[in-house]
Amino acid sequence: MSQKFRLNKVGYINRDKKISFKFNGKKYFGFEGDTLASALLANGIHLVGRSFKYHRPRGFIGAGVEESNAQVQLYSGAKTEPNAIATTVELVEGLVAKSQNCWPSVSFDFGAINNFLSRFFPAGFYYKTFMWPKSFWYKIYEPIIRRAAGLGIAPLKPDPDRYEHQFEHCDVLIAGSGPSGLASALAAAKNGARVILAEDKPRFGGSLLTDEVTIGNKKGKDWADEAVAQLKSMPNVIIKNRSQVFGYYDHNMMVMFERTKDHIENPNKFIPRQRLWYIRAKEVIISTGSIERPLVFGNNDRPGIMLASAAKEYIKVFGVAVGKKPIIFTNNDSGYDAAIEFKKNGINPLIFDVRENSESSTVQEAKNLGIDIKFSHGVVNAKGYLKVNSATIGKLNKDKTSYENLYDVSCDSICVSGNWTPTVHLSSQSGNKLKFDEKVNAFIPNQSRQNESTIGSANGSFTLKEALEEGFNKGYNLSKKINGKDNQTSSPTSNEKSYGKQDKFWCMPLPNKKHYKRCVDFQNDVYVSDIELALREGFRSIEHVKRYTTLGMATDQGRTSNLNGLQLVSNIEKKIVPEVGHTTFRPPYTPVTIGAIVGREVGKHYRPTRKSPIHEWHEKNNAVFVDAGLWLRPRYYKQDNETLMEASKREANNVRKNVGICDVTSLGKIDIKGPNAAEFLNRVYTNAWMKLPIGKARYGVMLREDGIVFDDGTTTRISENHFHMTTTTAQAVNVLSHLEYYLQVVWPELAVNVLSTTEQWAGVALAGPNSRNLLSKLFPDIDVSNEGIPFMGYKESNLFGVPARIFRISFSGELAYEINVESGYGVFMWEKIMELGKEMGIEPYGTEALSTLRIEMGHVAGSEIDGRVIASDLSLDGMLSKKKDFIGKRSLNRNAFLDSAREKIVGVVPVDKKTMIPEGSHLVEDSSASFPNPKLGHISASCWSVEYNNPFSLAILKDGKKKIGKKLFALSPLKNTNIEVEIVSSHYVDPKGERVRS
Amino acid sequence: MLEIKCPYCGNRSQNEFSYGGDATVKRPSLGKEVSDKEWDDFVYFRKNPRGKHSEFWHHVAGCRQWFKVSRNTATHEIFKTSKINEEI
Ligand SMILES: [Zn+2]
Repeated sequence: MSQKFRLNKVGYINRDKKISFKFNGKKYFGFEGDTLASALLANGIHLVGRSFKYHRPRGFIGAGVEESNAQVQLYSGAKTEPNAIATTVELVEGLVAKSQNCWPSVSFDFGAINNFLSRFFPAGFYYKTFMWPKSFWYKIYEPIIRRAAGLGIAPLKPDPDRYEHQFEHCDVLIAGSGPSGLASALAAAKNGARVILAEDKPRFGGSLLTDEVTIGNKKGKDWADEAVAQLKSMPNVIIKNRSQVFGYYDHNMMVMFERTKDHIENPNKFIPRQRLWYIRAKEVIISTGSIERPLVFGNNDRPGIMLASAAKEYIKVFGVAVGKKPIIFTNNDSGYDAAIEFKKNGINPLIFDVRENSESSTVQEAKNLGIDIKFSHGVVNAKGYLKVNSATIGKLNKDKTSYENLYDVSCDSICVSGNWTPTVHLSSQSGNKLKFDEKVNAFIPNQSRQNESTIGSANGSFTLKEALEEGFNKGYNLSKKINGKDNQTSSPTSNEKSYGKQDKFWCMPLPNKKHYKRCVDFQNDVYVSDIELALREGFRSIEHVKRYTTLGMATDQGRTSNLNGLQLVSNIEKKIVPEVGHTTFRPPYTPVTIGAIVGREVGKHYRPTRKSPIHEWHEKNNAVFVDAGLWLRPRYYKQDNETLMEASKREANNVRKNVGICDVTSLGKIDIKGPNAAEFLNRVYTNAWMKLPIGKARYGVMLREDGIVFDDGTTTRISENHFHMTTTTAQAVNVLSHLEYYLQVVWPELAVNVLSTTEQWAGVALAGPNSRNLLSKLFPDIDVSNEGIPFMGYKESNLFGVPARIFRISFSGELAYEINVESGYGVFMWEKIMELGKEMGIEPYGTEALSTLRIEMGHVAGSEIDGRVIASDLSLDGMLSKKKDFIGKRSLNRNAFLDSAREKIVGVVPVDKKTMIPEGSHLVEDSSASFPNPKLGHISASCWSVEYNNPFSLAILKDGKKKIGKKLFALSPLKNTNIEVEIVSSHYVDPKGERVRS
Repeated sequence: MLEIKCPYCGNRSQNEFSYGGDATVKRPSLGKEVSDKEWDDFVYFRKNPRGKHSEFWHHVAGCRQWFKVSRNTATHEIFKTSKINEEI
């Protein structure tokens, strides 16, 4: 019973290794080297799925990536993969696959009722039906469509596999290892070029695997095997099977998808599942071959109907006969090859050829083998619901518009051959404007726009002789162009059959009173009648017809349907195909897993994590971290069962009472040097810098050219021509680029250099009334008094032998210092401070306490400098120099900026002195007004003021200064809160700034 | 992904660079009286040509130099790159 369609004498599978697998819950056997498709066909299984829209039973149409029906769901749980193309899934022990888009089973599918109701589901059905009433869309239509649509089911669990990215450069990238690809690889590699040859299938050789040809007195496949062995031995060649070049991007950036693991029975766990290659190629050779086109006739989508070339491949490569009573239905000679292979393996095919005659050596060979050939005949309709069991044959009249007679023939498969379509997807993606070639009867590449050339049957060169010549020439010429070397490999002699003229006839007319469904796009379930309807309804542009009918969309990208669709439109419109044009080919050519695209950039590898050199100390001391851009910063140091609020209150309180230490390493630091450094700062900042004394720091605000506040920070004059700038953590990177832009582009005459030193220095802030006392213990040799290091003063000293920079600057509003040492001494500094500060009650504080301290002092930060405010909105008018020009100054006299009723910074306290006001709340006059309630401003930052022991917030409020003392409401529809608040000054604590100067 | 020739480092992939806008725009000199129109043009108005365009790019993940690129905005063809002080 098992594998009764397996042939004995042919195929490259390994019959010594039997492999078991499961399909739709049933166990089957195949051989090593099978695909899921070939193994199922060996077991006589044709029915694999249901069509997308009408749930019609579907079988295999191809043997490789051209397959548009046989999409299956692989495995289950986290490993499950939807929409796997069964013809490209290699058989491996324990493989589990099931049919998609059917319920309860593939042979009895409830959704098939759509097929019987199909006249109610024409093209554009969704567009037409679900337009009205609008309110129905969200609750009724969309859920129904979602349940009905889609093929496979996406996994719900995280992907357990690993994926990799690889970057490569090469001279010549060759996509496709058929005769032309192998020839070009040999020629280029032997001429010293760095070559990458990619083959999508597991086996190299392309058509040489299935065609009866000789090259240089060797069988085609043997020549291919030798060529591959030779290429593999060359150090300048990377040759990859199971690798699809699926995208052609700008400047010859090619992306290739390699399947590295799924075909291995017991893979090493360190092998990635798939690998995505980014390849920058100096030249690209596209030798992607061609795909056979289906012929269109009644019910041509029934299981058992497939491309003749696929049937031939199943015989020659896999040793599988797709049927024992096959019909070959063709309009050209290549269909005869499949018939000949059947006959050679003891199976009698029937050939129906729409042409009146053909007399090539191929046809002669078929005749000599005694194959029954009927010219001027074709398949009109296929019968059999779950699998084809007979065909209605028609004898065509002279002009092929109707039939002279019709009769039924029993069969178990129909192999169709409707000419070949060059695979031009990559050429088209490269920007090549394709041209229609009358002889080839398809689009072929025309003028290259990038360094790209297409050869072999992808270029419409269908004979082996042409393919080899083009390959050897192209490989040699391109390598010579790149490296100037001149070792030419000549093309060997070859032998092949001759093929007669093809017929362009491809769509069988409907007999009188018959309304057979004739399928054009198998994957998207598009029929001749759908395209006719679209045209009747006035769609003319092929791009519109595509979208209205879904022809050529989705993962299939029209591989088998494109040309037939275009021919149909051109027939109806009475235009020639080139006038109809073609739709855009988009990458990826074949489906690519999201895992491969993402690669290793998952979870915490999604982006780098920046840690301060003191990070480990924080970890050991129960810090709870928060993301600050790329940085991880301690948010608070948890003691016992403290909440965030409790901990931050404790930490902030300790700063106000004793002394606290905070890791401020993440603040941006920029070293500025040069004779014009002061002049440069004078232009970049809004305030004056020329007269800043050496050893003093100054607070500065930077604007953008449009007048909006960009960043703030302190900058210290270390020596005459040397400054140390600090920026906010968030803007550090942007500020550096900004400075570089002005120095290099706008004012190149200024002799100044800037350099980021953020990571060179470990920084801590010491804040609180005891900080001076602690500083004197840390630096016993220097005068730390208010005269020794005054407010905004700077001193260099050493901390027990470690060079240190001491800045008297404060972000907390308390008496405070910042100390910087080289990064490597960060922990040393921190521990020394903790040790000596113990008796003064030192405690570390995190960003939450830091925010509390700055908010209640009314010190602005990123939540106020939000890209919408100008300096005066933040009460920083005093920072704007009237005497000099600076970046953004000219914008400040825009009318909108001069409006005195602009939103300005204020403080906000809840009237009940208890309720925390959610950040982002809107300030309104009347809390019961209907939406949209006029917004007067918003809460930018909130904290629990440790000074007053009640909540306090900063807000940006329309005409804010005049509203001080007024009562408003803070509404947050998100948090569903409505809080009565009082507007106060933003400087809630120490408004005169006495503490920092004490 | 474009391949851009940094005048200092050579050919590198686009992900090492960041785009810096129209290279034909010139900032009015500091301290110079300029009309509202002139200033508006400088701050807000940029041409958006289809075709050849001169642009600033910044080699952020490389030498950190700003430079000029002459590029076709439709086809992405790069005609030339040059240092800031060179004509493009
Ligand atoms: Zn560079």
